[in-house]
Amino acid sequence: MTDYVKPLPQSDPITAPFWESLKAHAMQIQRCNDTGKFFFYPRGLSPFTLSDNISWERVSGRGVIHAFTIVYLNRAPGFSDDLPYVVALIALDEGARMMSNLIDVTPDPEHVKIGMPVEIVYDDVTADITLPRFRPIAG
Amino acid sequence: MTSISGKTAIVGVAESDRIGRVPDKPAIMLHAEAARAALAEAGLTKDDVDGLFTAGISTLELGEYLGIEPKVTDGTSVGGSSFVIHIAHAATAIATGRCEVALVTHGESGRSRVGMPGYPSSRDSLRNQFETPYGLPQPAGSYAMACSRHMYEYGTTKEQLAEIAVATRKWAMLNPKAMMRDPITIADVLNSRPITWPFNLLDCCLVTDAGGAYVMTTIERAKTLRQTPIAVLGVGEGHDHAMISQMPSLTQFAARHSGARAFEMAGVTHADLDLAMIYDSFTYTVLLSLEELGFCAKGEGGAFVSNQRTAPGGDFPMNTNGGGLSYTHPGMYGMFAIIEAVRQLRHDYADQGIRQVPHCERALVHGTGGVLSSAGTAILGRV
Repeated sequence: MTDYVKPLPQSDPITAPFWESLKAHAMQIQRCNDTGKFFFYPRGLSPFTLSDNISWERVSGRGVIHAFTIVYLNRAPGFSDDLPYVVALIALDEGARMMSNLIDVTPDPEHVKIGMPVEIVYDDVTADITLPRFRPIAG
Repeated sequence: MTSISGKTAIVGVAESDRIGRVPDKPAIMLHAEAARAALAEAGLTKDDVDGLFTAGISTLELGEYLGIEPKVTDGTSVGGSSFVIHIAHAATAIATGRCEVALVTHGESGRSRVGMPGYPSSRDSLRNQFETPYGLPQPAGSYAMACSRHMYEYGTTKEQLAEIAVATRKWAMLNPKAMMRDPITIADVLNSRPITWPFNLLDCCLVTDAGGAYVMTTIERAKTLRQTPIAVLGVGEGHDHAMISQMPSLTQFAARHSGARAFEMAGVTHADLDLAMIYDSFTYTVLLSLEELGFCAKGEGGAFVSNQRTAPGGDFPMNTNGGGLSYTHPGMYGMFAIIEAVRQLRHDYADQGIRQVPHCERALVHGTGGVLSSAGTAILGRV
């Protein structure tokens, strides 16, 4: 795992619980308790009300493809070996949206469809970092 | 609110001495060359300048390089729309008497990368936490993702996107300064190298070296200067996200607000316009902007641009310099859309046949910045 050469995220004090939850294979994101709405990325206050009344919640890891692209050209370290691959926005069932990769699918617009149900796959790319990927839900 | 409509004018425009491939000039010299040429065209000197505006570099560096000590300084830097937004800010500063002559400059060594500011980004930046790890090339991947949603919601096709690239190339063939001047077909666009689905290479803007500048002053002083003054009739600006994953709706952006504000201030309608200069970082940027600016109904952008409607001789002259797709795109193209609008409105191309838009009295310039993040719209016209 030490040969992972792609860019790695580094948490900050606000976002650390998200990255820790991935490492534990139990994703958490934040909810605004004033409005009941989930949001992502993690913030130190609610983007809906600017209130501190927010909490971390375990989420299902399920959602649908909201938008996607298939990458055919990327010279950044590590990615050229993977071409083509899918980057997607996932609309989580809880309501927030996050960017990720769609894996276990043929990277072709005939096979990747907006609205396709997906579920999280925890990818332990290093000893410290787990990235969320998503795959189509079978059936 | 006191309107600034019609109170100011653009009195000089210029590109840097050379554009395209300029490996022998650092970015700031591209600013400087364009500034010098735009002032000369206006019949003004640097000592007349008391308002300084730029994006990409600091106005501190620009003022130091040019030996200008401004009374008004504005480094609003929100991507390629910045220079259109500077029209709004300069018009406000001039109309309220805070300065009299505004110089707005751009310069990027986008292709040769000479003297370009770095992109400092730590691993804990929000983008590097929540987008970069997934390998989305910027900005092509973000725009492609937004486009996928438009195709899903409205049935927009790659062929419709290609119409824009083909029509824009036809305009570039009329512009000696354009980098790409060979004719292309829709099939050429569809068969060009895939970059980020649904975009192929010819859906994407160029990467060039270029600088540009314009000079603004009061409408009264403008009438005493060398060039036909081009009045600032209406302006608008806005933004609603930085990263594509945070875009509130992937098929709407701030152009719907910046455009509406500009039309309201100018007191004109779409039918009053003779020319549209629409930032074309990607073919899709144009299609979405046309909808958001109200030139057609939501979802009908694809039909609107079909049958080469925006090409020379079509009934909707657009991006008549050849755009970012075929003329030049150093990184933040908005400046060049303004320069072309002013030249068309002054009838600079009157002896060049179809290069000149006939009876060009009013033009809309629209800039998009970031990843459909920011928008600036200006409506300009002959006095």
